Amino acid sequence: MTTPLETADHPEQLERIVIEPLTRVEGHGKVTLLQDENKHIKQARLHIVEFRGFEKFIQGRPYWELPVLVQRLCGICPVSHHLAAAKACDMLVGARDLTPTAEKIRRLMHFGQTLQSHALHFFHLCSPDLLFGFDDVVRHRNIVGVIEDHPEIAKQGVLLRKYGQEVIRLTAGKRIHGTGAIPGGVNKSLNREEIDYLLKDIDKIVQWSVDAVALIKRIFFEQLDYHMAFASIDSSMMSMIAEDGAFDIYHGGLRAVDKNGNTIFDHVDYTCYNDYIKEGVKNWSYMKFPFIESIGAENGWYRVGPLARVNNCDFFTTPLAEKERIEFKAVGNGKPVQSSLAYHWARLIELLHCSESINELLHDPDISGTDLLNKGDMQHTGIGVLEAPRGTLFHHYEIDDDSIVTRANLIVSTTNNNQAMNESIRQVASNYLDGNQLTEPLLNQIEVAIRAYDPCLSCATHAMGKMPLEISLVNEKDEIIDRLEKRVDGNIRRTL
Amino acid sequence: MSTATSEGRSEIKPAATLIFTWGNPSRGDDAIGPEIYQQLKKLELENVELQTDFQLQIEHVIDLEDRERILFIDASVSATAPFEFNRIYAEQDDSYTTHAMSPQSLLSVYEKVNKQAAPPAFMFSVRGYAFDLGLPISNKAAFNLDKAMFFIKKQIINNDTKHWQKTIQNLNPENVYF
Repeated sequence: MTTPLETADHPEQLERIVIEPLTRVEGHGKVTLLQDENKHIKQARLHIVEFRGFEKFIQGRPYWELPVLVQRLCGICPVSHHLAAAKACDMLVGARDLTPTAEKIRRLMHFGQTLQSHALHFFHLCSPDLLFGFDDVVRHRNIVGVIEDHPEIAKQGVLLRKYGQEVIRLTAGKRIHGTGAIPGGVNKSLNREEIDYLLKDIDKIVQWSVDAVALIKRIFFEQLDYHMAFASIDSSMMSMIAEDGAFDIYHGGLRAVDKNGNTIFDHVDYTCYNDYIKEGVKNWSYMKFPFIESIGAENGWYRVGPLARVNNCDFFTTPLAEKERIEFKAVGNGKPVQSSLAYHWARLIELLHCSESINELLHDPDISGTDLLNKGDMQHTGIGVLEAPRGTLFHHYEIDDDSIVTRANLIVSTTNNNQAMNESIRQVASNYLDGNQLTEPLLNQIEVAIRAYDPCLSCATHAMGKMPLEISLVNEKDEIIDRLEKRVDGNIRRTL
Repeated sequence: MSTATSEGRSEIKPAATLIFTWGNPSRGDDAIGPEIYQQLKKLELENVELQTDFQLQIEHVIDLEDRERILFIDASVSATAPFEFNRIYAEQDDSYTTHAMSPQSLLSVYEKVNKQAAPPAFMFSVRGYAFDLGLPISNKAAFNLDKAMFFIKKQIINNDTKHWQKTIQNLNPENVYF
């Protein structure tokens, strides 16, 4: 499976430019660009440079440890792994349905997680690009710049994230390493005092979410053509969907549509994901390349995450988010919105939906219920799927008669978006870098395209790291002939 | 449980000293921070709030508010063994561009957001060596951890900023015996 610019005809004759590591994404990755002598881009690839087998780490553990253990995979979205593993464990213990209290507590936890994750990504990782432009000076294009120029926005981002963390703390029992979701249900519900604590600020949280959507729309429509075109690729999209077609990030079937919005599959039982999704490998990346089997490895790649979810769903169950979805969809003229920067817009519509949903659940008496657990006949296979902040997350476990995990397979959100991120950087490389001398603002456009997906390379490769930016120029003999380094203080210097 | 103010903060005055550890318990020597958290928790220290997390992040600026002193504790790949103890100050660096922040950057964001100087802050870095997923704390790091805990119990939990400053000036971790 190859696409234009994935592999150059004669790479040995080209200059190699390496952007390593990426900034403002989690984990460790690098981008290589091969230019010919006329500065035309001939090859562009997003590499994942480190791999550690988390599945191996899980094997040999008793299944009931999974919901807690898997949180250590990633410091960014531990709750998503906690809940996906808990869903898989529900299947293992034969709990076909959860009690209303258990399901609503888990949903509340998931809304809290998604709220805080989206707030961090937009307000602190991406708003500098969007508020100041991609070619703003590096020193200013960061969160400190946002705080100085837009203090109220930065503060709202801090407090939105804090609120989401508080929802997690109260539903999961602890601030980190939560134990709230257990096989077959939850181990606690919320008491009156906890509910009142969260209710106290919820109106403000909803209002800030409304304001955030208004902000991204203002930014997006100010340069609509540019934002629609930047890193735009035509792709299929996959997400979870409720039985009635509603947006649902906790439970439902799988829906995939092609670039025109035509259905590829719909309401697929996620425990059968193996019949629909396959994982390809390429010799230049540790990260796998999932694809829809019925379309094939070459064209079957797809996008997941906020863009796919808002495009795919028929409606939101909450009024403010639904109003925003209608406006969002109108931009696509009846087709899925394909702009990669529209991820930010979709992400904030989801943020608003999370705020509204938290508000609704806090008024639902079921979240104080005492019926917390269901069980049934033990099974050997457990599959849990949900929509993590970055996209569809699959946890699949096999256990033996002694309840020990013998096999694990995790397809994380960022892996689902692997090919799409590669396609986006190729589009940017072709449209914005080709024929130009490479500069930091131009290279930042590559990173802006990747950041739109909010990739968590930590999840995808199980690596964590600090990320100063290094750009190396390598000739056909693999000799470094030039290197630019962006240091941790934001200064750029040539190191050769 | 405390109640929330309009900005999600506690109405009860927080403990004068915040000790904030971080790290991933399943990543070898990265577990040093959480391990120190667990050991300090058993001491039930007065007027000290203990917190731990996977990593420092933007919302932790709220945890710094209304403190008299802050102690950050983490494993370090570059600290001189067995540990280093230093005063740190707000400093704008590039760490906020990742999903994890440095303590200096967190202090800087605190000052920008709150428009006031951050409380006196100190960094306690315990030298670690191996950080791979699934590894336990290495023997060398465990030795450093023991020395660190001995030192913390003797010199740091007295909640005296001036004493901490003086300790830093006279510190020679090589001479920490227990």
